[in-house]
Amino acid sequence: MAARIHGGAATALSTFNPKKLVAPSRTNLPAARSSKRCIVAGGGSDASKKSLSVRHSQKLIANAAVATKAETSATTGTGHELLLFEALQEGLEEEMDRDPHVCVMGEDVGHYGGSYKVTKGLADKFGDLRVLDTPICENAFTGMGIGAAMTGLRPVIEGMNMGFLLLAFNQISNNCGMLHYTSGGQFTIPVVIRGPGGVGRQLGAEHSQRLESYFQSIPGIQMVACSTPYNAKGLMKAAIRSENPVILFEHVLLYNLKEKIPDEEYICNLEEAEMVRPGEHITILTYSRMRYHVMQAAKTLVNKGYDPEVIDIRSLKPFDLYTIGNSVKKTHRVLIVEECMRTGGIGASLTAAINENFHDYLDAPVMCLSSQDVPTPYAGTLEEWTVVQPAQIVTAVEQLCQ
Amino acid sequence: MAQHLKSSSKSILLNILRHNIGFSSPSHASRHLRHNLPHGPLSTRLAPNLITRYCNTMVDTLSSIGSHEDTNSQVMDFPGGKLAFTPEIHFISESNEERVPCYRVLDDNGQQLTNSRFIPVSKEIAVKMYSDMVTLQMMDNIFYEAQRQGRLSFYATAFGEEAINIASAAALSPDDVIFPQYREPGVLLWRGFTLQEFANQCFGNKSDYGKGRQMPVHYGSNKLNYFTVSATIATQLPNAVGAAYSLKMDEKDACAVTFFGDGGSSEGDFHAALNFAAVMEAPVLFICRNNGWAISTPTSDQFRSDGVVVKGRAYGIRSIRVDGNDALAMYSAVHEAREMAIREHRPILIEALTYRVGHHSTSDDSTRYRSADEIEWWNKARNPLSRFRTWVESNGWWSDEAESDLRSKIKKEMLEAIRVAEKTEKPNLNHMFSDVYDVPPLNLREQELLVRQAIKSHPQDYPSDVPL
Repeated sequence: MAARIHGGAATALSTFNPKKLVAPSRTNLPAARSSKRCIVAGGGSDASKKSLSVRHSQKLIANAAVATKAETSATTGTGHELLLFEALQEGLEEEMDRDPHVCVMGEDVGHYGGSYKVTKGLADKFGDLRVLDTPICENAFTGMGIGAAMTGLRPVIEGMNMGFLLLAFNQISNNCGMLHYTSGGQFTIPVVIRGPGGVGRQLGAEHSQRLESYFQSIPGIQMVACSTPYNAKGLMKAAIRSENPVILFEHVLLYNLKEKIPDEEYICNLEEAEMVRPGEHITILTYSRMRYHVMQAAKTLVNKGYDPEVIDIRSLKPFDLYTIGNSVKKTHRVLIVEECMRTGGIGASLTAAINENFHDYLDAPVMCLSSQDVPTPYAGTLEEWTVVQPAQIVTAVEQLCQ
Repeated sequence: MAQHLKSSSKSILLNILRHNIGFSSPSHASRHLRHNLPHGPLSTRLAPNLITRYCNTMVDTLSSIGSHEDTNSQVMDFPGGKLAFTPEIHFISESNEERVPCYRVLDDNGQQLTNSRFIPVSKEIAVKMYSDMVTLQMMDNIFYEAQRQGRLSFYATAFGEEAINIASAAALSPDDVIFPQYREPGVLLWRGFTLQEFANQCFGNKSDYGKGRQMPVHYGSNKLNYFTVSATIATQLPNAVGAAYSLKMDEKDACAVTFFGDGGSSEGDFHAALNFAAVMEAPVLFICRNNGWAISTPTSDQFRSDGVVVKGRAYGIRSIRVDGNDALAMYSAVHEAREMAIREHRPILIEALTYRVGHHSTSDDSTRYRSADEIEWWNKARNPLSRFRTWVESNGWWSDEAESDLRSKIKKEMLEAIRVAEKTEKPNLNHMFSDVYDVPPLNLREQELLVRQAIKSHPQDYPSDVPL
């Protein structure tokens, strides 16, 4: 049922009746519960509800030439199979074809093709000026991208590893996030900052960082995390077309995921979460690589008789509280599975947001499974234990559903 | 999935090796070794209509061998190019014997030096330059006083640096994009920003283009190609390089110009930006206002090199040192630099020596770390306005009468501008939340509602002059 909200064409959304959404499964609630409180992030008036769905439909209409899909596997049978890094490259190449202002800058992105081959072949096709190899200074080339964006280009800035972007924090926070605001709207900064992050296979502490937790407070930026070839290409294209600065988080271990994606052009909504598996018993919120650990745990859970609803939140800033809220109102139990550290991670913010907005709908406290507050060790066995494993997810669900 | 990763990382490695077969060394620097490429220069291997960057690397054109003809045994060959060897242990000295000389056209008293070379300036330009320098000085004076009276929260003056401000602006075209630090309002003034517009920004009223979001003196105007001042030091330098790169890609007849102080040259962004500009061959002018002080830090505590001009060579950038208090010298230097930058696609570093006559800002009292006599001397004896005025008058283009007319006109305009700006409404509350993104997302709309609710229930705790 939830899939219908996010998939489908613009017309479906505009005739969508929010009241029909709530599943009549709350038999233990007092009957006096008002029927008006049925959707969207809490506290909002009817006006804000309407404007959100209007905004959603406006966004869909604006890109109506493309078909939006909720399912990740191809339903039509046509389409082509590729790996996630190739999907990113395809999205980037299509946008560079479509708009001559799109350019790429970063270390080794040109003739080397990028450390993870996302920009492979682009320098040969578009020339050195549009696919720019820079010297090693993240703050400088991020600053350069921002200056170029203010003058009309649409740079895609690649950090070889998200951890290196800590050096670019000054430019991202002070200039990228703020200048549209402090200039009174006179200058826009339509940059995309992307790169691989997350815990890899024994890459060491410095190369296994989760920067989404550090960046999430910066006002003025948007953050999205891709997890499948389908949404990687869609989010890349949407991020490039957005007028806001967008940080696109990729994961080092997901670059070789294979999937069949549509041949026709499509983009994904930057602020929307993805329904991976609808269910009734518990809402599991996750993103990036942990999605796969959750789905693995889901197999075990289904065998044990549970029906988890798995949502890939995708949009890390702002959260898609619309989708998340609807799910919480249905299942009344939330488990967040993330790779961030326990302190100050995305899970921490999400827990706060859910508690604030949907407290009345919860039957149990929100549980959050995250990495420990330690630097990621190099030893393989230790590293495995810093990342949430499917067995832990199964245990947590069983605990929550008692 | 682990198997997937292993096999593809192997194939990635194979790709790297395949890519490098034919190069004598696998490093990326091999791209620059023209004579080592068996397949010819990179530019001809790509489609001819694509612009490539590697056409003229300085390293290749440096003469490195001298008179030795018998090269094979006499020359060292490393990534980066061939060079001669020396059997002597010789350390390059930390500084030249003599400091880099400073270009100037007028002497201390405003008389043209007999052998000076400079770009002639027409009467209109010269009179506008001098008038704008006077306007800038008076504007600074009056806003500073307004801050002292409590009418403005903050201000930073540009006393002593009027020549740098105005003369550089005069030498540029309106299409050149400016990335200021915060002591260059004169460039905006030259381009047509009115005193009223300056006042609006300082008072943060609803006519401010920044919608009241920034401190005073953080001006910005997209139509005058002057990028909004960001308070962080030297972060505008890499931004300028990016803008220059964008101008080069669009093949525009314009360059990027960025200003910073002696203190700003210590920031990492300065070094990175210069390096990047040189490698990218970006048409950008780096103008350093070396005014001797970074708040209370004198230049002797800021760097140990011969000023900022010598740092250009370290990055392969053409540089010049100019007397920043000499309007004609500044004009000529910036004019020449601009031509070179655009025509040859190269960055230029200009160190303009000057003195910061005023305090760092209204939050500073500079008599605590320097003598009042020193400030007074620079203000009177080495004043850029009086030097230029002498030269303009010597051409018969200015007079005492013109001076007093101008000053009274500006004073009247300034007081009127302040009066109007003070009375103008502040920006609406919704501007606190607009422009964070292109469309305010749900969380910001919620937060605005919360603020409005709070104001409604406790109106006495909130400023009454902010329209809701």
